[in-house]
Amino acid sequence: MSAVVFFIASLGAIAGAIGVVMLRNPFYGVLALVGHLLCLAALFLLLNAEFLAASQVIIYAGAVMVLYVFVVAYIGGESASLGASPGLLRIATPPIVVLLLVELLITTLGSGLKAIGTHGAKIPADYGSPAQIGELLLTTYLFPFEIASILLLVAAVGAVGLARRKAGFGPDDKPFDAATLAAAPPKGSGTMAEGAGDRAIVGAITGDGR
Amino acid sequence: MNIGWYLTVSAIIFAIGAAGILTKRNPLVILLCLELMLNAANLSLISFSRMWGNGDGQIFAIIVMVVAACEVVIGLGLIVAIHRRGLRVDADELRELAG
Repeated sequence: MSAVVFFIASLGAIAGAIGVVMLRNPFYGVLALVGHLLCLAALFLLLNAEFLAASQVIIYAGAVMVLYVFVVAYIGGESASLGASPGLLRIATPPIVVLLLVELLITTLGSGLKAIGTHGAKIPADYGSPAQIGELLLTTYLFPFEIASILLLVAAVGAVGLARRKAGFGPDDKPFDAATLAAAPPKGSGTMAEGAGDRAIVGAITGDGR
Repeated sequence: MNIGWYLTVSAIIFAIGAAGILTKRNPLVILLCLELMLNAANLSLISFSRMWGNGDGQIFAIIVMVVAACEVVIGLGLIVAIHRRGLRVDADELRELAG
């Protein structure tokens, strides 16, 4: 049974990978990558990594791919017609890739590690569970965990800085300046009282009789 | 299935991703192929984690996921910034990074 699931999932993963490389339209490439990631999650499940399979589906196939879809939709179709690189790189790629594949197979399968031919070591009952991952992250691997959080913060700030709109929304639009900022929304905006639609309470809070 | 099978699948996916990075001109597709390579590495890490029977490789895979997410955010931010400046989103034409 596990062999059947393995072959279906790995064929799906490889087909998705080929789809990403072959499909011309980046949007279909993103969809192929989603299929690839779901198949990889099935492989993770076969390897008893339940938590990682779940986070693969939620984070990768969910969040990261949504970001891709938004950017592909934003950039639009004019980049879709871009084909492969011309010239030397195109000719040189197949031998490079075949060499890379052979080298990877030699380094893994030919490494002489006896356990590669087995189904793996005996595993504890909580292997791959959120409890085990959480305990490892907060004890042995606390430092990488904290570094990862700082990395995420830096990436978020950097993305905001990169994608920030420095000018207005169009050619006729003025950039944000002091006058725009001075025309701030009225006081009480965004408060719970305003959400409840009770203008009197908003007025009472802000001392503004509207 | 033996661990070796998983490593083989991982190697194949890695090679396909490398082929895409070498041949493609669209930065978006190059980022997608980068994802392929990172996921191939993740599959290897989790296979080795299963091989040893402890969770260390899975922690490594989670950190790789975090790094991949950061890379995607910055890469897509760059692409959006390039597009907004009116330049063609083409890795072969974007040779000068100044200004």
